[in-house]
Amino acid sequence: MTAAHLPVLQVVAPLLAAPLCVMLRAPLAAWLLTCAVAVIAIVIAAILLFTVTAGDGAVLIYALGGWAAPWGIEYRVDIVGAFVLVIITGINLVAVLCGRASVMREIPAERVFLFYTGWLLCLTGMLGIAVSGDVFNVFVFLEIASLASCLLVSLGRDRRCLSAAFRYLLMGSVGATFILIVVGLLYQMTGTLNMADLAARLPPLAQSRTLQVAFAFLTVGVGLKAAVFPLHFWLPGAYAFAPSMAAVFLAGTSTKASVYILLRFFFSVMGAELSFDAMRLHWFLLPLALAGIFAASVAAIYQSDVKRLLAFSSVAQVGYMILGVATGSGAGLAAALVHLFNHALMKSALFFVVACMVLRVGGARLADLAGVGKRMPLTAAALVVSGLSLVGFPFTAGFISKWALLAAALDSHGWWLALLVLASSLLAVVYMWRVVEAVYCAPKTASAESQTVTEAPLPLLIGAWLLAAANVVFGLSTELSLGIAERAAVLLIGDAP
Amino acid sequence: MTPAKVTTGAMAAVAELPPFLPFYLGALLVALAPARPQWLRPALTVLTPLLGAANLLTIPAGAHLNMELLGYELNPLRADRLSNLFGYLFHLAAFIGAIYAWHARARGQQAAALLYAGSALGAVFAGDLLTLFVFWEMLAVSSVFLIVGRRSERAMQSGMRYLVVQVLSGVLLFAGAALLARGGGLTFTAMRLDSAGALLVFTAFGIKCAFPLLHNWLTDAYPEATPSGAVFLSAFSTKVAVYALARGFPGVELLIYIGVVMACFPIFYAVIENDLRRVLAYSIINQVGFMVVGIGIGSELAVNGAVSHAFSHVLYKSLLMMSMGAVLYRTGRMNGSDLGGLYKCMPKTTLLCIVGAASISAFPLFSGFVSKSMVMSAALGEGYGWVWLALLFASAGVFHHAGIKIPFFAFFAHDSGIRCKEAPPHMLLAMVIAAALCVGIGCWPWTLYQLLPFAVDYAPFDATHVVAQLQLLFFSALAFVWLKLSGIYPPELPSVNLDADFVYRKLGPAALKKITALVQTADRALRRRALAATCTLIQTTRRLHDDAAPASGDVTGKMMAAALVVFCAALVFYYLV
Repeated sequence: MTAAHLPVLQVVAPLLAAPLCVMLRAPLAAWLLTCAVAVIAIVIAAILLFTVTAGDGAVLIYALGGWAAPWGIEYRVDIVGAFVLVIITGINLVAVLCGRASVMREIPAERVFLFYTGWLLCLTGMLGIAVSGDVFNVFVFLEIASLASCLLVSLGRDRRCLSAAFRYLLMGSVGATFILIVVGLLYQMTGTLNMADLAARLPPLAQSRTLQVAFAFLTVGVGLKAAVFPLHFWLPGAYAFAPSMAAVFLAGTSTKASVYILLRFFFSVMGAELSFDAMRLHWFLLPLALAGIFAASVAAIYQSDVKRLLAFSSVAQVGYMILGVATGSGAGLAAALVHLFNHALMKSALFFVVACMVLRVGGARLADLAGVGKRMPLTAAALVVSGLSLVGFPFTAGFISKWALLAAALDSHGWWLALLVLASSLLAVVYMWRVVEAVYCAPKTASAESQTVTEAPLPLLIGAWLLAAANVVFGLSTELSLGIAERAAVLLIGDAP
Repeated sequence: MTPAKVTTGAMAAVAELPPFLPFYLGALLVALAPARPQWLRPALTVLTPLLGAANLLTIPAGAHLNMELLGYELNPLRADRLSNLFGYLFHLAAFIGAIYAWHARARGQQAAALLYAGSALGAVFAGDLLTLFVFWEMLAVSSVFLIVGRRSERAMQSGMRYLVVQVLSGVLLFAGAALLARGGGLTFTAMRLDSAGALLVFTAFGIKCAFPLLHNWLTDAYPEATPSGAVFLSAFSTKVAVYALARGFPGVELLIYIGVVMACFPIFYAVIENDLRRVLAYSIINQVGFMVVGIGIGSELAVNGAVSHAFSHVLYKSLLMMSMGAVLYRTGRMNGSDLGGLYKCMPKTTLLCIVGAASISAFPLFSGFVSKSMVMSAALGEGYGWVWLALLFASAGVFHHAGIKIPFFAFFAHDSGIRCKEAPPHMLLAMVIAAALCVGIGCWPWTLYQLLPFAVDYAPFDATHVVAQLQLLFFSALAFVWLKLSGIYPPELPSVNLDADFVYRKLGPAALKKITALVQTADRALRRRALAATCTLIQTTRRLHDDAAPASGDVTGKMMAAALVVFCAALVFYYLV
């Protein structure tokens, strides 16, 4: 009985908790509530994933209010959606449970409940995106998520977070508007908003001018949301000035949800045949992906603030995911999906480590972190492990992504693309090395010298190490990550070549 | 977890660990050990190679260990005669280096040195390309700490360059492995240079082996390392590459030509170089050239010669590096123009340095002689007469720059007036061990020969070899004396010598700056246009709607312009396809 309602419960739980959080007001109560929701969310996500992977391509369908699609709104959970649900809820759980010390330090006590309210709404939005089977609903949840994350960003300590949040809001709204226009155009052409229904009705319209315009709007809209180069300008500021824990959460999940929308629209709604054979989407995405990988990695090298550095690295990593899609093959899509999973792990681990250091040192500039390695050896070690994963060292999650992407690149475009991918990983070595060098080799500054700089509090340390350890575990065991990603890719591509 | 399928092969192997493991554990212990008592961490560093050696001796040739990752079979332990020989050698080098570094107090240095030695062992015992790649990268990452450990600005920068080149080598290896994996398996055996994959792997080995034009990382970084760091560096990286070439590309003719160039060209640089440790760095390339020639010839005698030359090379090069390190440690200077006359205050170091110099110059009864002559005999035996001649020239050059120049300018020449203390006892002990081994191998070469991968039927001490070598040395010394007396010999001047790294240290950045400037100008112009257009649009809109708020801020404008450009491009693109 309850099991049938799980797809909707996944969204309703955080949605209802948000106003409750406002009513509770007390920081501790707000945190406890968010913890409870986080636990419930991951349990539901795990059950969903288990259910859809147990059968052969099972899809859970939930008709809201009992109105069957295409008239009613429908929630659909398939392997792809459940995979993303697990990523989001997993990162969310660690960030909420272990990150309290950082939140209490960075957010004034009277605003903590606002922070957690924003957090819950953001979670609602992202989970909603992953379960929704209706394009208009996706737009609504996207708006919920991006407005809530603007709130999270604007709660940062630095005054500049306000302008960053404003920019984020502006670009987010533009992106969402573009997607809304796509929804409108699709509705105008087919008279339906249901994804499955759209997928059936769109292919005959392949030659229509309206569909071409919709494609252009869609490319830019989701590109803005997912921070595809050169539409990424909002991201570095937002991540750098957001409260540390919000950065962990957003870096791990928000671009992932946007990439999910991209996959959903291009593969499930438009269909692989239309997107790739008729519209040649891959030829449009490939240069953007490559430019993004290189430009953002180079930009990362020149950053003096570690959060900004990691943010630029995120833009580059989104480039890898887009590159996987742009290879146009099932293997490439699987690589993109597995990188989605692995990048969530490594980037949130890195932001978590930075959060620990910011808590003790007070800033995230490279100069602030000079010599922290001696004072916070365990935290710094977690930085090295997750940094290795980002660079793609064997036996870490990053390696699995790189290997999968490399194989896909070799298959589709031959060795030149593979060499470009490898060359770009050299840039990652350079910018990660700058952080490691600052932490271990640079002479200690006054701030790191002071006696207050000690190992991070235990919960934070546990969080950082949980994420770092996950990078190693998923570098050794690929059943959950690569295994599911491959099945999800098969599902997305369907029977199309 | 997938790698549950671990199978050990060969005999009843209960206790045998992969040889890198004791070193990695040792590094971990050193990293965690308390700072007091002071002898604890150096003692751990010295103990680790001993325990490692005890473990290695239990590993028979033919032992192997398998596991599985991503559906590929990995082979982190594969022992045969070739890998075992390098295994013994690296334990020896690590042991000597650890004694030498007894004074070092930096925790990171000691841990990095052990990690570095362990990675070299891991690479040598790797049975597949993926495992090799892992240790290849670990070699790069761990050794860079030995360079930046000196904490000077020069060392930091050169460490960065070193890291990028080394990681590039690893990346090429990885790309090659990925290509080869699709053709067959990942097993690391002899390959032919006929596929893109093999070519990439070959280039990767070439970078680490300091092939001509790919060699600058070595002469750039080694002289910037800490005194004890340079001893470790000179022992492992290039020798791992020699091992990898011997395993992967024996008998590839291209290697002969590469090797000859390697043996010859560094001589000219070494002769004019002022920094004595940089002279030694050039002479590493020269000596590795002999080994590469041996591998390229590929006959049993030649490969034996290459491998045994690697063995003796590590010992005498460590000895020379240690003596120079001792000078640097005591005086703080390393330029030939600043040193001289040190034999008065460092007589023991002087003597030990001369033993190293005699070994590298291949005096009979010293270790260089018994191994180098094997390569040269093989070249002659296989009909490469001109190679033999070139190597002869290179041998004379070695004697010049390493055999005479190093001890002469450091300990004799003009008296620099420096009066320092003799090298500390632990440094002397390390040097004595290395010197004893040099002489031991030189006098009793059969102990080394019986460890070699192929059966040896070679007598180094026959009359022709000895007489030829002595003649060579004599005339070479004569040349040095004559050049020095007549004033033709290039004087020791503090200067920077131009080498191929000019391309990436000066030309590259300059070109990059030009291109960036061009792109920036174009980008700025384009953006200005787009911005102007957008502004006009906004102005018009404002005129039409009085209450519309302006969207201001340069970043916001930039973002909007980018979105607009991409949108237009997408529109045109989808219209056209």
